[in-house]
Amino acid sequence: MPKEYKTPKLDDLEKGPWPSFVKEIKQAAKNNEMSNDLLAVLERSYDERIGHWKHGGIVGVMGYGGGVIGRYIDIPDEYPNISHFHTMRINQPAGWFYTSEALRSICDIWEKHGSGLTNMHGSTGDIVLLGTTTDELEPTFQDLAHVGFDLGGSGSDVRTPSCCVGEARCEWACYDTMGVCYETTMRYQDELHRPAFPYKWKFKFAGCPNDCVAAKARADISVVGTWRDAIKVDDAEVATYYDNGMDIFNDVVLNCPARCMKFDHESKKLEINNADCRRCMHCINAMPKALRPGDDKGATILIGAKAPIIEGALLSSVLIPFLKMEDEEEREAWYDIMEEIQDIWCEEGKNRERIGEFIQRVGMANFLEAVGVEPIPEMVAYPRDNPYIFFEQDEEEE
Amino acid sequence: MAMTKDQIAEEMYKAVAEAQEVGKKLKPMDLTKQMVKAYEDEGVDKKMCKAAIKDLVDSGRLVYTYFGGSFLELPHKEGASND
Repeated sequence: MPKEYKTPKLDDLEKGPWPSFVKEIKQAAKNNEMSNDLLAVLERSYDERIGHWKHGGIVGVMGYGGGVIGRYIDIPDEYPNISHFHTMRINQPAGWFYTSEALRSICDIWEKHGSGLTNMHGSTGDIVLLGTTTDELEPTFQDLAHVGFDLGGSGSDVRTPSCCVGEARCEWACYDTMGVCYETTMRYQDELHRPAFPYKWKFKFAGCPNDCVAAKARADISVVGTWRDAIKVDDAEVATYYDNGMDIFNDVVLNCPARCMKFDHESKKLEINNADCRRCMHCINAMPKALRPGDDKGATILIGAKAPIIEGALLSSVLIPFLKMEDEEEREAWYDIMEEIQDIWCEEGKNRERIGEFIQRVGMANFLEAVGVEPIPEMVAYPRDNPYIFFEQDEEEE
Repeated sequence: MAMTKDQIAEEMYKAVAEAQEVGKKLKPMDLTKQMVKAYEDEGVDKKMCKAAIKDLVDSGRLVYTYFGGSFLELPHKEGASND
């Protein structure tokens, strides 16, 4: 029978209408000493306002440099059951589709080797298994491999690529996100398991500009579905929205960031100047029965986003405005550019410098020249704000 | 004369061991740059270094560590570890 700890502060977190992680840890604690001690340490940290975890180290599985995050408690004598409390990141299936059997297998393995606590899913998208000892890492890895799961990324490597559900469930998907995510995961197996970069590198695949995986805000390379022909308009459905009381002028036309739409109240027709459209999806989200993305679909490749860890947050910039994703040759060309970028980043990047920070440091123009990509207007994130413009010698002569 | 993958792996092992003696940690990327710079004329390139690192880690002679970034080190009992 696990030792019973008093946890008044944690008990408070169970109150209210929302699901509580405390309830789940308590549930696990009934059969698991690790989860039980975890409750006690958490309560103690709330009392003392001190975290008791040490992070990092050499723990891992044989041959891999990622997928395990070492954690030790700084008061092991008092909480021997969580003296080690390592996290394992497991590569999730593309789009997070599982069978019940697969989920049961993962949980059974984790109850056998670890605390039984999981985080489905971590912010990168991996299955996160919380709390085990160094001795249990290799057996867990072997058991997971037998049911078809592999470790994900951690440290200075390619992090586990993730994608939205894409064409599997979403009518807006402009390419097969799950297919490209899987292809990228398999191509980058070496870089995923053996860290060789200055810092982490994240790929995220979103099927449309709604960007349900928040790629543009946090991935080093975002592949965001888009289209390059006209938005498809169903005039009869536009009229139905209007007849049902929708304020198309205020809620759609005036909210368009490009102001590229006109609505005529008499004819109940919506006119779109597609040359100015920014593919933001706002109008399509507002009138999904009347508007749809065009037929010439593909993806925009963006580079350089990151969440604030060492430096501040960065949003990504356009690298390739349009790529036909079902065209294998175009995809190959994109993979070649990725390799070129990673080579230059490895050569010139500083320790713990994300690719977005590297681009900021060397300048987008120098970066593009180094990777052999022609600059184009779509890459301009905002107009320059200094008056000094430098031309190359040959441009001056022209 | 061209160097083999095993020879470069040996050089890498020595470089990591020497660095560790003076309390320095080497990143795989730094180790690769160091080797390519020293032995480029003998046919050593990034690809060969990558394969050599894989061999060293797969054999357990070197291990990956994480301290705010990923490093290569000789296996040792880490300071943070609880018995």
